[in-house]
Amino acid sequence: MKGAVLLEDVEKRYGGPHETAAVAGVSLDVAPGELVAIVGASGCGKSTLLRVLAGFEQHTGGRVEVAGRPVRGPGPDRGVVFQDYGLFPWLSVAENVRFGLRRRGLPRAEVRERAAAMVETVGLTRFADRFPGELSGGMQQRVAIARVLANDPAVLLMDEPFGALDALTRTQMQHELRRLHVETGTTVLFVTHSIEEAVYLAHRVVVMTGGASHGVPGSVRAVVPVDLVGERDVNAADFNAIEREIAALVHAPA
Amino acid sequence: MTGTGRTARAARAALGLAVLALIALFWHLGVRGQWVLVFDIKMGFLPPPVEVAKLLWDFAFGGVYDDAFSGTLWGHLGSSTLRVLAGFGLAAALAVPLGVLMGRYPLVFAAFDPAVNLFRPIPATAWVPLVLLIIGFGSQATIFLITLSAFFPILLNTLAATREVPPRLVEAARMLGTSRPGVLFEVVVPAAVPGIVSGLRIGLGLAWVILVLGESNGIDSGLGSVITLAREQVRTDRVVVGMICIGLAGYLSDRLLVLGLGGLFGRRPLVRGAR
Repeated sequence: MKGAVLLEDVEKRYGGPHETAAVAGVSLDVAPGELVAIVGASGCGKSTLLRVLAGFEQHTGGRVEVAGRPVRGPGPDRGVVFQDYGLFPWLSVAENVRFGLRRRGLPRAEVRERAAAMVETVGLTRFADRFPGELSGGMQQRVAIARVLANDPAVLLMDEPFGALDALTRTQMQHELRRLHVETGTTVLFVTHSIEEAVYLAHRVVVMTGGASHGVPGSVRAVVPVDLVGERDVNAADFNAIEREIAALVHAPA
Repeated sequence: MTGTGRTARAARAALGLAVLALIALFWHLGVRGQWVLVFDIKMGFLPPPVEVAKLLWDFAFGGVYDDAFSGTLWGHLGSSTLRVLAGFGLAAALAVPLGVLMGRYPLVFAAFDPAVNLFRPIPATAWVPLVLLIIGFGSQATIFLITLSAFFPILLNTLAATREVPPRLVEAARMLGTSRPGVLFEVVVPAAVPGIVSGLRIGLGLAWVILVLGESNGIDSGLGSVITLAREQVRTDRVVVGMICIGLAGYLSDRLLVLGLGGLFGRRPLVRGAR
């Protein structure tokens, strides 16, 4: 099914069989169009999980499928947004967005048109000919998002994408992501340190604990649904209640 | 560029020219006063700067002394430039691809690294006797020495730049649909361009240095041969004129390289120090 993510008993082990696995026994089912956040302390394996899904790392056990197909190496059906943007500094904003489209052998005019539309969607038309080094962090991250959305991916994998931004820009980008998610309907997996960010954005929040540095493999402790109706208010009582519930799960001893 | 930017640029250029003028003044006074400096430099043995300027003019355009030396600059400059271009071009054509492959593929690195490090410390001067024996006097020996000398800085800079390509950019290209081999041309080479350009500039500068070495051996054309002949004739003024010409040629070739690449890349942030 388009956009569905399936993790079944996934294990990722670096090094030998006697090393503690980075993650083990992780199972997760993400429905198409769903926005799922993954939170957890540093080293709990949440980024590892995302990198396995992206195909940058090969899992050592279990099943990893996106849109019904097993993951074998990176591909344009899984767009990754990195914390450090990963834009090509020698390409302009428009060229960065065209990068993926060009790989697909589309006609030149169509590539231009679709990239221009995507640049407009993230509000950077005025900056289309600038280079990444000339843009603020928030603008660079918009380019990075536009670049993967242009590929019309089955799932968007975001690894602490707003972690390097200042608080104001961060809030702005969260609004922006919600809007883009509604507009495109893309499935999103979102790794973050911020519980507030997770509750603000996600339909469900996956709480991970453990991690190789704690002597136990990283694993899923709980999946918390965010049952909030209407516009989410970070100061509302029900919002804070969910935050507290998740914080308790994150900090409780394993 | 803004008005202040232009003013600042002019001020910087004026500062640079002022230092050059001071050096010329020092030279002039030193010659007149027959100063003896550190290292036992006997300034009195130097021709005065005005004489050198006159000779340089004559070397370029004739009409002052009208002897065998007059107006011959362009012929010599042409031969030298051709040798530099041939040697440098060959070095770049070999070193850039090899550097990229060595930086990207551990097996290629393992294969070539020992040989590179063994040959690299041998200076061009140490190659001269062997080159004269196995190639002989002439243009080919000079071009060979230039190729050899320019090769290593280009290779090492390309290698280092290729290795420093952020893995993140490779990941980005892969997840956007670039094939594993495609990454080489789509990401590694463009990302390494600033380092490659640095290597090319060092290599080109070195090419002019080695040119003189190559042209001091049994060649009757080229700026190096002008200097060698002048030394044999104890014409200090012609030695200095030859030196100035090589300095200018080296400087101009670097500017042309940077400007050419700047034209090629436009505003792209690929050449360090281009603007």
